[in-house]
Amino acid sequence: MKKILAIMLAALMIFSFAACGNDDGGDKTTEFKVGVIHIGNPADGSGYSYAHDQGIVAMQKNLGLTDAQIIRKNNIDDTNAAATKTAIEECIEEGCNIIFGTSWGYMETMAELAEQYPDVIFSHGTGYMSNDTNFNNYFGRIYQARYLAGIAAGLKTQTDKIGYVAAMDITNSEVTGGLNAFAMGVQAVNPDAKVYVKVTNTWFSVDLEGQAATALLDLGCDVIGQHCDTTAPQLAAEQAGVWGCGYNSDMSPDAPGAHLTAPIWNWGVYYTSATQAAMDGKWAEFGNYFGGMKEGFVDISPLSSLVAEGTAEKIEEARALIVSGEYDVFQGAYIDADGTVIDKDIVDNQGNVVIKAGEKLSDSTITGGINWYFENVIAQ
Amino acid sequence: MNTIVNFMFAAIKAGTPLLFGTTGEIVTQKSGNMNLGVEGLMYMGAFGGFFIAYKTDNLFLAMISAALFGMLGALIYSFLVITLKANQNVTGLALTTFGTGFASFFGEMLIEGGSPKLSQKMTELLSEKPIPVLGEIPFIGKILFSHNILVYLAIVIALIVWAYMRFTRPGMKLKAVGENPAAADAMGINVDITKYVHTLIGGAICGMGGAYISLINGNGIWNNGCVNGQGWISVALVIFASWSSAKAIFGSLIFGAFTVFQVRANDFASEFAFLSFLSKIPNAIYVMLPFVITAGVLIVSSMRSGGSDQPASCGTNYYREER
Repeated sequence: MKKILAIMLAALMIFSFAACGNDDGGDKTTEFKVGVIHIGNPADGSGYSYAHDQGIVAMQKNLGLTDAQIIRKNNIDDTNAAATKTAIEECIEEGCNIIFGTSWGYMETMAELAEQYPDVIFSHGTGYMSNDTNFNNYFGRIYQARYLAGIAAGLKTQTDKIGYVAAMDITNSEVTGGLNAFAMGVQAVNPDAKVYVKVTNTWFSVDLEGQAATALLDLGCDVIGQHCDTTAPQLAAEQAGVWGCGYNSDMSPDAPGAHLTAPIWNWGVYYTSATQAAMDGKWAEFGNYFGGMKEGFVDISPLSSLVAEGTAEKIEEARALIVSGEYDVFQGAYIDADGTVIDKDIVDNQGNVVIKAGEKLSDSTITGGINWYFENVIAQ
Repeated sequence: MNTIVNFMFAAIKAGTPLLFGTTGEIVTQKSGNMNLGVEGLMYMGAFGGFFIAYKTDNLFLAMISAALFGMLGALIYSFLVITLKANQNVTGLALTTFGTGFASFFGEMLIEGGSPKLSQKMTELLSEKPIPVLGEIPFIGKILFSHNILVYLAIVIALIVWAYMRFTRPGMKLKAVGENPAAADAMGINVDITKYVHTLIGGAICGMGGAYISLINGNGIWNNGCVNGQGWISVALVIFASWSSAKAIFGSLIFGAFTVFQVRANDFASEFAFLSFLSKIPNAIYVMLPFVITAGVLIVSSMRSGGSDQPASCGTNYYREER
């Protein structure tokens, strides 16, 4: 019995070595491997990780990669540096040439590992760190899409009260800037409307996001916008019989009775060009990435049938100005009713001028320095 | 006034899963079993309840299923702890990990290709409706008599458990087992069976709490990670309620109030001038407060003469041959 077992094991070993041998000698495209570190689970069907993964899938299709060339690590807690490191090192061991880290908290671990593994390319989403050789960051002008969503919300509201579930407070420039852009969109079409904010202090909590949305509904808000990861705010709006604007992915299938439109990312635009550059050996020229609506990197999901009359026209008008570069939200100007850009001081809700007429905020201020609420925002 | 009414209403809604969890854990601990796996049991119940609600559209079956899944978790615990005499704390912690993974694993299968959503009929059944007549009372009607049906179920269960322990013979026997299993054994009570039965019942109640989270808090969509620490808060609440399920009703209300206060402090600050300082307090304080209060209750109860209300044998296994 033992002998038979030994023979079988030996045979198994020979075959497995033979299998290893087959891997050699492939051409460049089949050797190249892409690693992706997800904070959540792309199988969730909506939300942040799903949206990123759709981008990866699009990249895979565009470049004709096989499933074996994509290595995913899901549910990697970005506050856990050890888990992050393990996941990335697993990717490297499995032969990844480029690794995308999709969440903010991976940044420092990736910076550290980029030094340690100079042959692997590290690409980090939403952060600000990079080096000149094998580590960059990528993010986008999602505020442009939020401005358009704000237009849909401002035209839809009947109570002139719009709610906004924010994951982080005023000190987080990404969230606060996005909220301001949304509020500016609201004001452009509905100067009477106010935007009420509730902060949850977490990116992902079904409970708290739902409770924050309910608190906003109790205040009389009838459109709920959000900058957080779950569909809970949209579902709460749907149950209360009012409307909402989601985030990250089109949430219409989740809340068909409420959803107007959502600012969305076309991560595939970036993943395709970055992976292409890495495969072609042109990474050195690639650099950091901060794409916008012009590149097709950010947009809003198709307007649902629930939007108010005239929404599509207003949004198209603003979109054209943003794509052409005439208007970029964070500048001392506004779009008037006729669709012309007019210079004006931008004032925060404490009455301070935060952007002087005719001036523009720099990209570094947009990503890291927006710590004020726009004048129609009520956060108390 | 509306601010207060809406706040109280939301606090009760948020406190209900905690009430289920706490009542379940009280029954369990009264039998002398310290089951730290409430989080895991709730996850199992959350999945069991949602799955059946999604597949059959029958709320009654869904709650039965949630209870059975909770019981399944409690059965694993009971077998390890009562029959095999494994360490209670370690087993409870393992059960937490197991239950969390269990729900994510099967939940993942459920959400393949988009989140599963409960039917219109189910959402309607679970919606918040004022009770006729009582619901029309100003203020009180909204706060107390306009909830979803599971809120009342939780309160009824808590009251039944309270009466069971206070007035019935099996309830007294249960307490005897929890306080001093050797003495109970000498009286002719079957210690192991008493422990098994009540740990399973406790697990069933915790499981229903999980179903509340997946059916109500999730607004009809399954989310992995939905319980999110509420099982642990329930364990803390047991101490806060000093092992009485009647007190747990108020305890869960207070803990629920702190949860919703995080997102509503600003409303109070803007409505009442004398509360305007509330908007200056960082959110983290509100998150922390329930635990600070629990620690305070522990300190006070340990200083009281007569000691804590915790069943004396809780946390230790009973070895008959060492009597």
